[in-house]
Amino acid sequence: MFEAVLLTVITAATPIMIAAIGELVVERSGVLNLGVEGMMIMGAVIGFAVANQTGSGSLGVVAAILAGMGMSALFGFLVLILVTNQVATGLALTILGIGFSGLIGEAFIGVPGLKLPELFIPGLSEIPFIGPVFFQQDAIVYLGFALVAAVAYVLFRTRLGLVLRAVGDNHGSAHALGYSVIRVRFAAILFGGACAGLAGAYMSLAYTPQWVENMTAGRGWIALALVVFSSWLPLRVVVGAYLFGAVSVLNLHAQAVEILDIPSQFLSSLPYLATIVVLVLISANRRLTLVNTPACLGKPFVPDR
Amino acid sequence: MRIELVKRKEHSQLMALLSPLIAVGLTALAAGIIFAVTGHNPFVGLYKFFIEPLTQQWSLEATIEKATPLILIGCGLAVCYLSNNWNIGAEGQFVVGALFGSFLPVLFPSFENAATLPLMLIFGAIGGALWALIPAILKTRFNTNEILTSLMLVYVASLILDYLVRGPWRDPDGYNFPESRIFSDAATLPDVFGGLMSLATPITLIVAVVLAIVLAKTLKGFEIRVMGESPRAGGFAGFSSKRLTIFAFALAGALAGLAGTMEVSGGLNQLLPVISPGYGFTAIIVAFLGRLNPIGIIVAGFVLALSYIGGEGVQSAMGVSNKIASVIQGLLLFFVLACDTLILYRIRMVSRRAPSGEASHV
Repeated sequence: MFEAVLLTVITAATPIMIAAIGELVVERSGVLNLGVEGMMIMGAVIGFAVANQTGSGSLGVVAAILAGMGMSALFGFLVLILVTNQVATGLALTILGIGFSGLIGEAFIGVPGLKLPELFIPGLSEIPFIGPVFFQQDAIVYLGFALVAAVAYVLFRTRLGLVLRAVGDNHGSAHALGYSVIRVRFAAILFGGACAGLAGAYMSLAYTPQWVENMTAGRGWIALALVVFSSWLPLRVVVGAYLFGAVSVLNLHAQAVEILDIPSQFLSSLPYLATIVVLVLISANRRLTLVNTPACLGKPFVPDR
Repeated sequence: MRIELVKRKEHSQLMALLSPLIAVGLTALAAGIIFAVTGHNPFVGLYKFFIEPLTQQWSLEATIEKATPLILIGCGLAVCYLSNNWNIGAEGQFVVGALFGSFLPVLFPSFENAATLPLMLIFGAIGGALWALIPAILKTRFNTNEILTSLMLVYVASLILDYLVRGPWRDPDGYNFPESRIFSDAATLPDVFGGLMSLATPITLIVAVVLAIVLAKTLKGFEIRVMGESPRAGGFAGFSSKRLTIFAFALAGALAGLAGTMEVSGGLNQLLPVISPGYGFTAIIVAFLGRLNPIGIIVAGFVLALSYIGGEGVQSAMGVSNKIASVIQGLLLFFVLACDTLILYRIRMVSRRAPSGEASHV
């Protein structure tokens, strides 16, 4: 029983963790992309469609990543080149993604999906209890952990990470030092799009291997909240994602047991309410948020000539 | 080739008028391409989508009906966005407003007199405002990001509606269907102008015009704009950004709640598990297309309402999915934002080889 619960926690946590780690990099570069939900749902539908047409789950995942990147490139062009308002443009990306995914996905409603195979890590997967939970997962789960580790390393241990954080904290100085603020930000935005697309593919190829309209159900927004929760530190994203996973699993299992006759709608609203409570707790602590918030977050940059 | 932005010395008045029109034109072009790619005649598609709804009595009425909540919600959102308060949860405020506005006809169906309807509208506005005050107070008190909290509350509001309609507020004589009882005549918003539109439309237009005057001619309007553009300057003038946040959210919530009540009272005549085809989100596009100006929003509301009716039109006439409506709405917001750049900047194409001192930086 406990093992089963833990397994569902991992599947619930993985997509928001991946989407959040991508958005964390975007925000570290000083850009707020509110279009995570839209990129994620596009990843979900394109991933499902390509896997369904080609019969290959891996091709589906690659296509989902490309879809996320394509969406993010559109966002990047608007906010970086045309200097549009980042909040409004991110919203536009979400609205567009939900619309397009509905249009593309209409042909795939009720079509049986394709589930990514589990990869058993030799040796480790044999360990009792830990093995089945952590080492008999599909490739995206492993990739998610690898992404978090890689982002944590690159951000704080490499020159590239230093440049990225400099651009996010003070774009004027970074520009004066000769770094291309626009290029760094564009690269960060593309990375965020790739992660959101991958998270979407996980939704439609592993979490529930089928296409349902609006199947991300606000997970992109929860990923955005997770970035605030993590105070822009990669490892805390993992903690937050698993806390969230635990809350949503509580919901699933409580509904199955029907304890105490709690209305199912109340349980379904728990992840959203929990997100609000967590956001309040984190933001009430000014010191914690101010230290790590990228100073140029959401501010437009136009190089003077 | 590279695109370069050159800041204009002052806002281009011409572009401020032209940019929404250019955006609509580009959206029509993109829609035409989508029709062509999906194997349909783009000209027939565009005609069915944008023009035909205006040529027939019934579809014109339907367009007015859809435009009304969009305009009312969009006006409130404009006040939020002008003052830099990112309320994106109008959909939830619409739903909670509808719930507050409905408790009289649902729980006290025998309360039927001249006061029923006015009370419902007042309760609806109060409900929407209270729901909107949650993110506002969290923002002013705890510095919590209002974008995320207002959006999360949309999901919560829809779940509350779902619970009430399937549970305590279900019609006792309704054969277990998830819907409330039908509202009595006293609780139904009447039609006006020979049935062309419901009373909701004139109410909405009056609100929009009053708001336009308030924004353009009064101190409050000045405060809203100053605090949006330069909160520091506003602070020196004695304006409080926290009080304005509360005001903007409460106003937007009240208007969305009023729209929600008028929708269930005038259109649906009962509560259903879903009462809005995404009005609260589409109204965001309406607010921007109308350039955050109530008069512009009236026009923009009709344009976006067309997309709902046109979407149904192309579905029945050409077999195109009506999902194309939300794609076109999303594209429209993109083009609106992109074209607004023209107001602040002049766009220059620069060839890469041009000898220019600092060009190597980018």
